[in-house]
Amino acid sequence: MTESRSGLVDRHVAFLEALRGAGLAVSLAEDLDAVAALTALDWTDRTQVKEGYAATLVKKQAQRPTFEALFDLYFPRMVGGGARSLDPDGDPDVGDAGGDAAPASLVRDNAEALADFRERLAEALEAGDQQALDALAAEMVGRFGAMPGRGPGLSSWSAYTALQRVAPTELVDRIVAALLGQGLTQEEAERGAGRRVGAFTATVEADARRRIAEEKGADHVANVALRPSIDRLDFTAARRSDLEQMRREIYPLARRLAARLTKEQHARRRGPLDFRRTVRASMSTGGVPIATHHRPKRPHRTELVVLCDVSGSVASFAQFTLLLVFALRDQFQKVRAFTFIDHVHEVTHHFTPGADVVDVMADLAASTAHAALWGRTNYGRALTKFVEQHPDAVGPKTSLLVLGDARSNYSDLHEDVLRDLAGTARHAWWLNPEHRRHWGTGDSAARAYGEIVPMVECRNLTQLSEFVHELAR
Amino acid sequence: MSAPSWFASPAEATSRLDAVGYLADLPTATTAFLAGALEKPLLVEGPAGVGKTELAKAVARATGAELVRLQCYEGLDEARALYEWNYKKQLLRIQSAGDQEWDATHDDIFTEEFLLTRPLLTAIRRDEPTVLLVDEVDKTDIEVEGLLLEVLSDFQVTIPELGTVTSTRRPFVVLTSNASRELSEAVKRRCLYLHLDYPDADREREIVASHVPGLDDRVTTQLVATVARLRELELKKAPSIAESVDWARTLVALEIGDLDEKAVADTLGVILKHRSDHDRAVKELKLR
Repeated sequence: MTESRSGLVDRHVAFLEALRGAGLAVSLAEDLDAVAALTALDWTDRTQVKEGYAATLVKKQAQRPTFEALFDLYFPRMVGGGARSLDPDGDPDVGDAGGDAAPASLVRDNAEALADFRERLAEALEAGDQQALDALAAEMVGRFGAMPGRGPGLSSWSAYTALQRVAPTELVDRIVAALLGQGLTQEEAERGAGRRVGAFTATVEADARRRIAEEKGADHVANVALRPSIDRLDFTAARRSDLEQMRREIYPLARRLAARLTKEQHARRRGPLDFRRTVRASMSTGGVPIATHHRPKRPHRTELVVLCDVSGSVASFAQFTLLLVFALRDQFQKVRAFTFIDHVHEVTHHFTPGADVVDVMADLAASTAHAALWGRTNYGRALTKFVEQHPDAVGPKTSLLVLGDARSNYSDLHEDVLRDLAGTARHAWWLNPEHRRHWGTGDSAARAYGEIVPMVECRNLTQLSEFVHELAR
Repeated sequence: MSAPSWFASPAEATSRLDAVGYLADLPTATTAFLAGALEKPLLVEGPAGVGKTELAKAVARATGAELVRLQCYEGLDEARALYEWNYKKQLLRIQSAGDQEWDATHDDIFTEEFLLTRPLLTAIRRDEPTVLLVDEVDKTDIEVEGLLLEVLSDFQVTIPELGTVTSTRRPFVVLTSNASRELSEAVKRRCLYLHLDYPDADREREIVASHVPGLDDRVTTQLVATVARLRELELKKAPSIAESVDWARTLVALEIGDLDEKAVADTLGVILKHRSDHDRAVKELKLR
């Protein structure tokens, strides 16, 4: 089998390389497991192959979307316009229809074809027919998203163009009407329609990636078109939907951290020998102290003061950090939080125990107005105001945490105020959501402040949780 | 290898699990088949109440194997996971030995008779098909993970006084975890991984219907739709499958024939266990 080089091993190795490139730690042992799994499975069923790979290679659920996207690139559902369907379970009629349409369709891109296509798409979306939708997505990219090149290997496909032309979002009202006819309530119908159109859009984007990968090689697409998994995504690069997903991650993350911290505290709990208990326990072993008993150690808990920049560019980062810190409030003796842009505003009262995350976020966003007078970030002024208005906040038992990108619009930095604060506090840190290489560029005062307070790069959820863990220890 | 095969194919795994009342989807069936075929431990992760432990029990039922269960908790140690010498009995033996030679006594007290086998050793020593369930492995300490590593990679245990016990027939190992902490890379590397999540509406309807046959089809559909809606909200604890089944039972017990807004509001406590979740659900579903 290997002598004639079927290309299977090459593809397998390339796939694994791409996974490693995307941040999945795939070991050689797992590689071999995957091969063993594939030999045990039925090669003609694509889903089985995928699950075989997933079971042996993907050991974290957060990495699953990355894996799915790469698997679709390296083991595409079909080739070209779908003439040769690789999925035997797929309806042969659908495959043939796509095959017939593919050569002709590239030229048949006119208003009539568009209207006809939208009609068929609307019907499929109303019925929720997944197989038809997959075929339609392939046809749509082939027909309306093609960007012919000057020669072989130069043509490309654009999901954006295709989606702009066909505009499936305009079909939502029709689908809602159809779903209402099936006896759903207005609200359910709207949600259902939105979900179907969203799923279809994702299918179209995946199909465009698949075609480009076919043309230019999967490695090329894997390098440029894939987004990092949610726990490695930069706060500053996150889209709206990403932010929502991140927010959902906060509580599980806090729970994991709390479990880890409790465990570590228990491991370090053995304090001085408890003589009385040890002697008593030795009675049952004839006076020989076989097991020693120890007094519990007094837990030491940190008082935390968080100062966050909530100006536009770093607002989401500040919110995540605040949410995480407050989710872990049991680990600290006391937490106070202040937000600033060019003025300081205390927000501690928004974080009541057991409060609803969505409400807290809304309250925080609403209170941003209190943190600004002119609306231009001014770290120097904010620090001065903080010391003036809350002189009791930072004491010798406090740990001070400043969050922000240190971009202060070239204003007076008041390093002396920060130096005093850092001197008073037991510990002080500065978390910066920017990449280290951007520090000190432009109006960034990261270098200047970094000399006074140790500055830590904190760009994604992984780095954030590592830092908070260190903080709470 | 003359190893017993657990399932012949993913399709067969689906049908056999189905027959014992566990409705497995394709990923679950494929992974369960692979765990048997490759003789590798299976690590199942997912939120509480989606049927992780049930999967192990179903595999045991479907294959006629016996289930050996090791429930993990903080402070679990080798003596309670692997084996222990019954030292009280050994003491008695020494005291009753009288003037017997020490060597003879020594040989005597380290024999099978004085060995207390714990789940891991039990599972390895059994000759019949065995499903070993290591439940909530994330609750243990790192040291136990190390112990598991040794046992799960070679399926053998060395008892200094008795020698090495090697398994004659590898058990089907299922580890479950709520992901309350990350397991070490070494453990994950040796396992197959399956993430069980909340099922889609059709599957959940089937599950509820199979567990609570007395419930009207229409109400089941309403119930599943409501639960799916609740899971979309940002709740502290989303309702699990176990909770939807409980809810279905509640509705049957209260003889509620139509899941309208009032009925949902009255029985919401069955599926939501946090006050803030409760408030949010009432607000989002416009119950009051």
